Amino acid sequence: MTPRALFTSLSVLLVGLFCASLLIGPAGLGIGESLTALIAGEDDPLALVMQEIRLPRAILGALIGVSLGLAGAAMQGYLRNPLAEPGLIGVSGSAALGAVLALQTGVAASFALALPLSGLAGAVIGVLLILMLAGPRGSSMTLILAGIAISALAGALTALVLNLSPNPFATSEIVFWMMGSLADRSMSHVWLAGPIMLVGWGMISLTARTLDALTLGEDATSALGLSLTATRLWLVLGVAASVGAATSVAGAIGFVGLVVPHLMRPLVGARPARLLWASALGGASMVLAADIAVRLVLPDRDLKLGVLMALVGAPLFLHLIYKTRREFA
Amino acid sequence: MSVFVRRSDPHILAAVAALLIWAGAAMADAPKRVVSINLCTDQLAMMLAAPGQLVSVSYLARDRRSSAMADLAEGYPVNRGLAEDVFLLKPDLVLTGDHTTPATVAMLERLGVRVERFSLATDFDQIADRLRQMGRALGREAMGAAAAARFEADVAGLQSDAGQRMARRAALYYANGYTSGDDTLAGHILAAAGLANIASELGMPAGGSLALETLVMAGPDALITAERFEGHSRSEDILNHGVLRRVAESAARSTTNANWVCGTPHVLSAIEGLRE
Amino acid sequence: MTLLSLEHMTVTRGARRVIDDVSLTIGAGEFVGLIGPNGAGKTTLMRAALSLLPAKGTCNLRQLKPSERARAVAWLPQQREIAWPVDVETVVALGRIPYLPRGASLRDDDRAAVGHAVSRMGLEAFAGRIATQLSGGEQARVLIARALAQDTPLLMADEPIAGLDPAHQLSTMRAFADLARDGRSVLAALHDLPLAARYCTRLILIDAGRIVADGPPRAVLTEENVAEVFGVRGAFAETGAGVAFQVLEAVP
Repeated sequence: MTPRALFTSLSVLLVGLFCASLLIGPAGLGIGESLTALIAGEDDPLALVMQEIRLPRAILGALIGVSLGLAGAAMQGYLRNPLAEPGLIGVSGSAALGAVLALQTGVAASFALALPLSGLAGAVIGVLLILMLAGPRGSSMTLILAGIAISALAGALTALVLNLSPNPFATSEIVFWMMGSLADRSMSHVWLAGPIMLVGWGMISLTARTLDALTLGEDATSALGLSLTATRLWLVLGVAASVGAATSVAGAIGFVGLVVPHLMRPLVGARPARLLWASALGGASMVLAADIAVRLVLPDRDLKLGVLMALVGAPLFLHLIYKTRREFA
Repeated sequence: MSVFVRRSDPHILAAVAALLIWAGAAMADAPKRVVSINLCTDQLAMMLAAPGQLVSVSYLARDRRSSAMADLAEGYPVNRGLAEDVFLLKPDLVLTGDHTTPATVAMLERLGVRVERFSLATDFDQIADRLRQMGRALGREAMGAAAAARFEADVAGLQSDAGQRMARRAALYYANGYTSGDDTLAGHILAAAGLANIASELGMPAGGSLALETLVMAGPDALITAERFEGHSRSEDILNHGVLRRVAESAARSTTNANWVCGTPHVLSAIEGLRE
Repeated sequence: MTLLSLEHMTVTRGARRVIDDVSLTIGAGEFVGLIGPNGAGKTTLMRAALSLLPAKGTCNLRQLKPSERARAVAWLPQQREIAWPVDVETVVALGRIPYLPRGASLRDDDRAAVGHAVSRMGLEAFAGRIATQLSGGEQARVLIARALAQDTPLLMADEPIAGLDPAHQLSTMRAFADLARDGRSVLAALHDLPLAARYCTRLILIDAGRIVADGPPRAVLTEENVAEVFGVRGAFAETGAGVAFQVLEAVP
């Protein structure tokens, strides 16, 4: 498939799923009336449902999908390891910790972007720890072990913070922060997380050329005149901004950054730079599709998006471990 | 004792007479050190216990958000409902709800403490029953019966003029998008205040989760949400959702309070609050 | 024209001087073999020259900006790494990165350079194949083609023929010699003394971070030098195909 054809098909898929996401919900509205209400409606219940409930959910799904797909592709390109996924290596977990701390201490209410920035700060710590422990020359084994350790620590601290909260609901929300969900998110969440995610995408896109060159290893990359230091900086900040902002409004949705790059890699001839935009578009489609599925499968139960992603992603993860098991021996 | 005069059925009078005699005998061995470990039994016990009889209530009884008798509870030592701290109070009777940790209750019973369980009251008749049950448990049968009778009379008075106003439709909306149906205490409070519950229209007599968009499409005349707790929770985030504010613009908005939590005569205040 | 000039280069690791006051110059049209036993400092010397390591002393390449340096010298590390299953042409085209503005795709002259590098290494038949599915020797040639596509006056290669079969060792050495004849220069760390002697225009023998000898193969591979540095006996001898250097036995 040529890059142009791939780009077109992924875009068509994304637009289709975006519309489907707008049209599917418990209220069971007609297609025509929904779209009219979305665009032209004012103040009647139908317009409220379309503009204030379904539209933000669809937009957020797409933004978060782009962020997670992009972050996964970038981490994998940099570490040259197809198992590097923000959720698995503890970046999402540390972002969730940052967000939970901000919410429970009240920092989140102190200024407009405090919540996503706290998620970002948590994620920066997660990414730095991973790069330090499993750096570019680390094996898959080191990467996964470091990821388990960081996830466990971040998860435990998140649970601790929520347990200490005076709010009786907080404790039961550990699962939301660990699994993630888009249910009942509003336009304010889009405005909160969207700008930070966009900045993160911009930073990640600066790493594209270097990620391609890194196919040949670090020495060869430096000798091609590319700066690894700059790349590392953009990668850490870009991934942290994307994953941090996404996690701070929707919880830690895992496996998107694993499944999507894995599916896209053969379609882009495994080229890391092309994989970035392909995973961005694919990630958006994946999250929208999963979010549609949770609404169709168990509409009354608030099935967590992350649960569904894990059901799809974990078997693939096992498969990838099986494939790379020689490296583990 | 006006209630007994009003209900002059001879069978009842006979039964009451028998009970009074029995009660008089029972007074002698009424429990002397009573500990309550459940928010709702706390309140029933504080209403009916003799001075000095109730030695401790649960710590929740002092929480204004959930306890309608928080001020009174300040006068009692509080417990956290753990078998150990309850046992050290040397109670001869422990009052619990039927949802109290089974392990705690089993442990207390093994230690030889008498435990009286009170099931959750979901309608007004059950509230009267719980008052009588509490009276019996505390060896203050007559107090309990009198309180129950007074409550029944008050409810009858309220319900007589509730029917006409049922045209107004209200939605109960709590954290996590939960709503209560007609078969719940909140549902009965709503009905007694003369409001129709949209949960019933939507086929949820026991309540359950109500999607935000279903709520918007139902277009209630009144929106009753829960008070928020301190600290943040995503569960309560939904009560800040922009669309809920928009719904509230065209509907009366009210919040539930401690009077809604337990099946006690305080539900009458909840009903009166709604009527205003 | 000087392509590489090192003056008093010193690299230390801890207290040890891995490269100790090395000076050398390489002009155009030279195929220089960098020889020496394991641990002599061959790799370190080249990486220091490329500014991949901190070092003392002056080096013309280190004074260039990274983007200029990438057009002055190509580097073929010993570690043959192709991390993703990309096709051969894609790998070779990575050599064009120094000439492409960010985000631009290959232009005609880039494609010509890639095609040229591919044919120089005899990889035409492999161009569309997935690089990671090729044999080790084929991958090595793909990576050499990648370095050639960078189209620089100087190529530095770290043991480029290790692991190749005899035919491809010869053809690779010949390709480097051809580059030198075209006016470019190659500096390659080599372990195969006979091949080095046969194809290189000049050898630099280093031991313990110092230059022991520098000059034409016959002047460097003297019996004393070879015995002292490598601990083997070797000599130039007449063979059916001309004079060749042969390693005969270990020095007792």
